[in-house]
Amino acid sequence: MSNSPGYCQSFLLPAVHDFDILVSRIQTGIMVKDPYARIIRVEKENSYCLLSLFSPSIAGQAKPGQFIMIRVSSLSHPLLRRPFSLHAVDKDCVEVFFQKQGLGTELLSEKKEKETLDILGPLGRSFSLESGMKAKTAVLVGGGRGMAPLYFLGKRLAESGTDIKMFYGGKTSSDLPLRVKCENNGFDISCSTDDGSFGFKGLISTLFSREIKKTGPAMVFSCGPEAMMREIARVCREEEIPAEFSLESIMGCGFGACWGCVKRIRRNNKEEWVKICEDGPIFPLDSILWDEEQS
Amino acid sequence: MSDLSIDLGSLKLKNPIIAASGTFGYGVEFTSFLDLNKLGGFVVKGLYYEPREGNPPPRLVETASGLINAIGLQGIGVKNFSEKILPQIRDFDTALIVNVCGDDENEYARVAGYLEKKEGISAYELNISCPNIKKDGRNPAQDPEDTYRVVRSVKQVSSRPVIAKLSPNVTDITVIAQSAQEAGADAVSLVNTFLAMAVDVETVKPKLANVFGGLSGPAIKPIALRMVYQAFRRLQIPVVGIGGIMTAEDALEFFYAGARAVQIGTANFVQPDITLQILDDLVLHCRRSGISRIEDIIGKIHADSSGQ
Repeated sequence: MSNSPGYCQSFLLPAVHDFDILVSRIQTGIMVKDPYARIIRVEKENSYCLLSLFSPSIAGQAKPGQFIMIRVSSLSHPLLRRPFSLHAVDKDCVEVFFQKQGLGTELLSEKKEKETLDILGPLGRSFSLESGMKAKTAVLVGGGRGMAPLYFLGKRLAESGTDIKMFYGGKTSSDLPLRVKCENNGFDISCSTDDGSFGFKGLISTLFSREIKKTGPAMVFSCGPEAMMREIARVCREEEIPAEFSLESIMGCGFGACWGCVKRIRRNNKEEWVKICEDGPIFPLDSILWDEEQS
Repeated sequence: MSDLSIDLGSLKLKNPIIAASGTFGYGVEFTSFLDLNKLGGFVVKGLYYEPREGNPPPRLVETASGLINAIGLQGIGVKNFSEKILPQIRDFDTALIVNVCGDDENEYARVAGYLEKKEGISAYELNISCPNIKKDGRNPAQDPEDTYRVVRSVKQVSSRPVIAKLSPNVTDITVIAQSAQEAGADAVSLVNTFLAMAVDVETVKPKLANVFGGLSGPAIKPIALRMVYQAFRRLQIPVVGIGGIMTAEDALEFFYAGARAVQIGTANFVQPDITLQILDDLVLHCRRSGISRIEDIIGKIHADSSGQ
């Protein structure tokens, strides 16, 4: 699957059109519907929740940056599945880490061990692991729950011998729910909070901008609030550091059928609305047109 | 084994379960999840002559048992479809229906005319009812003369069955349905989405960038069903029922109300193989209830109900 077009691209987005991806979809056929993924572990802390789901068919092919769609209720409300980036893969299990912030995540956080969930995955394109491995250092910049997929990426890259440097920002210390876990895994992590309750007082982009110059050849991977990623993107452009960003959206289906989750993307010198679920959620620095850059 | 085959005029279906346009991509998105050969048919996403941009996001908002969308018919255009997609989907043993769009009646005819030369297409469904293109959600299916004009223009170039997809955003669906019939439509499908909106009370702005969108999903089913019932009573041509169908029971309601086939829409997003689940359950129901031919139950409630 890593050789198939449309997946695991380098950070220079090639000339891929929707229909090319559709062609690759037929060749790969990697999406799996697992209606009975058993919850084997639930962890909760404050408004955050981690679920570990037994799903060998999805775990066997999942890569950092990809996501799954979870049906949170068998009733008609909430109707749609919810997208969750993969936080970890452990043998036959996939893990998701999320914050309660609406009806869907609220219902999901109430699930108990041994219950089953109906899930689809793995979906979307992964971070380019190869680009990360080629860089001397992989720099992971996360905001709040946005650290969830970066943790998975960091683990994979560290296994292959890549140096990992993490930057983690939040409004306050309770917005850094994965800090301890990252530290316990031996990651070099620098934190910031807007109110100074933990680490550097100020924005993570300020800290990142100051530190990145000392890192040497690096590849940046980022996930978090759009305002944070936009700032990280600005610094990466100035410093000419390659980067990839994980974008988020409301999604209707998660597999390219509804065209509901689009982002403005530049490719082949042309701007267009591109599906986050299928062409993303991971996009390279140069392709993303942040809101204020759109023509 | 019950006979589930049904015809919509000259269009023969092996069963009455069709995947609805705009919810099934170009079909290829679903091949990982289900065997398209088992479907009665599927309707590909609406095609204009040229590729189309669509609306800015947010394009979706979920509401109680429903989904409001304002995609704006983003699409690859009829040429890309014919060259890149059609060869991948035309060999499935199912009815391949192309949803045809246009800014005016000439474009509808131009799209259908272009597709006339392509093999493997079973029928055209005319999308005269998308609420996300013109200001205030206006569309041809809100006016009997506009409906007539579009259907007529496509009928003049088409050798294939033409299905007119109607809007529920009208005062009397039967007037529009009759107009489509007079223009020569081989069938009508109804309903498209209901013009709707949602407001974000934190930002005090509409939740959709387009302000309005089209409501679909289980929330609209009872209204869609009523409109199918009304259309059936007035028409000689077949009616295809659409609107919030999630289960075989929902589909049966539409059959009894007069639909000769049904389209499954929003449910495809939730359960990508839902069409086949519904089909399986329908087969079970027919066996249990002693229904030997699906044909026999179409419009059955009308025999017992008076007036309306």
